[in-house]
Amino acid sequence: MEFTFDLNTIWFILIGVLLAGYAILDGFDLGVGSLYLLTKSDKDRRVLLNSIGPVWDGNEVWLVTGGGALFAAFPEVYATVFSGFYTAFILLLFGLIFRAVAIEFRSKQPGRIWRRNWDWAFSIASILIAFLMGVALGNIVAGVPIAEDREMYVSLFGLITPYTVLVGITTVALFIMHGAIYAAMKTEGELQKQTSGWINNSIIFFAICYVTTTMATLIYFPDMVQHFIDFPFLFFVAVLNMLAIANIPREIHHGRHFRAFFSSAASIFLLLFIFAAGIFPNIVKSSIDPQYSLTLYNAASSQQTLMNMLIIAIIGIPFVLAYTISIYWIFRGKVKLDSSSY
Amino acid sequence: MDTELLARLQFAFTIAFHYLFPPLSIGLGLLLVIMEGMYLKTKREYFQTMTKFWVKIFALIFGMGVATGIVMEFEFGTNWATYSRYVGDIFGSALAAEGIFAFFLESGFLAILVFGWNKVGPKMHFFSTIMVALGSMMSAVWIIVANSWQQTPAGFHIVGEGLQARAEVTSFWEMVLNPSTLDRLSHTLSACFLTGAFFVLSVSAYYILKNRELDIAKAGIKISLIVAALASLLQLTTGHQSAVTVSHTQPAKLAAMEAHFNTSKSAPLYLFGWVNEENQEVNFGLQIPGMLSYLIYGDSDAEVTGLNEFPEEDRPPVNIVFQSYHIMVGIGFGLILISFLGIYFWWRKKLFDKKWYLIILIFSVLGPQIANQLGWITAEVGRQPWIVYGLLRTSDALSKAVDANQILFSLILFGIIYLLLFILFIYLLNDKIKAGPQKLAHSSSTEE
Repeated sequence: MEFTFDLNTIWFILIGVLLAGYAILDGFDLGVGSLYLLTKSDKDRRVLLNSIGPVWDGNEVWLVTGGGALFAAFPEVYATVFSGFYTAFILLLFGLIFRAVAIEFRSKQPGRIWRRNWDWAFSIASILIAFLMGVALGNIVAGVPIAEDREMYVSLFGLITPYTVLVGITTVALFIMHGAIYAAMKTEGELQKQTSGWINNSIIFFAICYVTTTMATLIYFPDMVQHFIDFPFLFFVAVLNMLAIANIPREIHHGRHFRAFFSSAASIFLLLFIFAAGIFPNIVKSSIDPQYSLTLYNAASSQQTLMNMLIIAIIGIPFVLAYTISIYWIFRGKVKLDSSSY
Repeated sequence: MDTELLARLQFAFTIAFHYLFPPLSIGLGLLLVIMEGMYLKTKREYFQTMTKFWVKIFALIFGMGVATGIVMEFEFGTNWATYSRYVGDIFGSALAAEGIFAFFLESGFLAILVFGWNKVGPKMHFFSTIMVALGSMMSAVWIIVANSWQQTPAGFHIVGEGLQARAEVTSFWEMVLNPSTLDRLSHTLSACFLTGAFFVLSVSAYYILKNRELDIAKAGIKISLIVAALASLLQLTTGHQSAVTVSHTQPAKLAAMEAHFNTSKSAPLYLFGWVNEENQEVNFGLQIPGMLSYLIYGDSDAEVTGLNEFPEEDRPPVNIVFQSYHIMVGIGFGLILISFLGIYFWWRKKLFDKKWYLIILIFSVLGPQIANQLGWITAEVGRQPWIVYGLLRTSDALSKAVDANQILFSLILFGIIYLLLFILFIYLLNDKIKAGPQKLAHSSSTEE
């Protein structure tokens, strides 16, 4: 296989980085949301909600910008995938809507029923979003029925197969582990004891899912590892990923939550790297005929647009990093509730 | 129902609902900068309380804007895939630029604005407020760029033929600064300032009538009256300029706005009327002869192109465009009147004694909101039957992989969910306003 470092490749990587940024950042707040109902008292729930309070909205911007960048750089992929996954995608949007308003509305009224209902909406939406994203990823590994006209005609149930459900569950497990570590980092006292307890269970849950998914992929979609044969250094990335995962319980054992969080962020990044290396140079593989697959060449915008967008990215990215780092720095440390909290 | 109608209904419904919130955020963002600036300058306690109160309201509105806005980012792909393939090279860049330049800025500093009162110093907080306001305006910039390109495409060429054809950019800056961008951007931004100003006017007038929160309410009215007066005049000039541009770049739209069927010299301007599209006449109308020609060309004898110059399949619906446009203009003049009446009463030191005027202010919050919606209906329905003016028809822009039942299903769900959200939003907003600045700014509303 040819590998040329051109504008198309740069954009393939940049969109990967945006989505990895999204998975690492929104991943922990989706994970906190998924675990949220395990706490019972209103105060504990507010602490968890406020642990993600100042950042969840910015985290979601990574997804929105990733979507915009996909539209700009690979419009054929944007068009084919979002119209082809129509119903699944609409459900994802409803999940995102409910989650956003649940966070915003929940603490604005003291009523018990009011809060309970939004708590459920927040948590179920968090799990649903993570699951659907995993299902989408699973479908991209498995290939989707893209026809000659670059459209895919498939029902919602056509997207739900044992493999894609497995990837969906693995994604939920990954975010739960990531979120549990974050929660332990941001809480103290009894609540921290409880959140720390989640970490060990979630690591086991994720490890089982991870091994199962890896085996299933190797058995059913061996073409995902073709590049690993061509480029042996990719094998080291896979090993590095396993080391990053194995490092998480080690850091937790020593009570170093921040390092554990860093390890789990690294493993999310590496997992997506392996995924991207596996599908390259396809972005979406056609299950009908490999010829119809959308690649980073046949689905891309013009070279001029890719160049213009690169300039925009080069100007914008330093600002984005500066805001992101400052916000996490300003809101570092344990959560303390005050008059501006949710 | 057919796919095209459903897809259009869904887009119209989701964008109209979404557009209730961004103009409020943009307008309120500017007012927050003024309020907090006043606090830093005068160190008067009530300016800080006022800022804190409006920040809480701002956060609620912003949350609704985010929740409904994320749908828009992806709806081009879900419902308008053919359009997305056709314009991705251009339209996509503007959306991506919005994400990078506006959304990150907004969401990052919003965290400090809302949660950072005790985390950063007053100057840093003020800086964050400015950045949030700037971010929300930047977002308007890129969306207007994208939409204006649909109205007056520039800086591109068409590559490929038939179904494979697509627009590719040739000049980024010609695309960004296409012939209608600046007119439409200034018109939209001043509309946002009006929306924010009349919102603050309405709530403040309510407090004065209830004889509570007087310091904050009076300051709120004064600040927003000045913004409203300036923005309402700006709205008139930018609106005029936009209409002149439309007459050159989208003559069919202008003809529909004034129901001008036959090309003629000395074209009249209608103050109101009801268009009978079959007979091509305006019933119950009142017209000023030659005024349309005068407004466009500065010459009441000038010739204005009529709708009949265009093939029937290239004409937009007339009455809906005519009515939206005329009611919007009427509301615009009403807002100028209300703003300057307020300035006059303020000058005569009678502003807070005029009960009837304060009651008008309470209801005037609806004015800019209705005008915003009607303005967009004029712009978007007036562009029909094109999705990209002169290049791609709306009926050719749909997603081929999506059938009518799928859209109907999602449209019904959007209807139910948005109705629920709207009721809850109004309920929470009402609750916060009733609680008032003193209570809201200093105690957490979140304690059980």
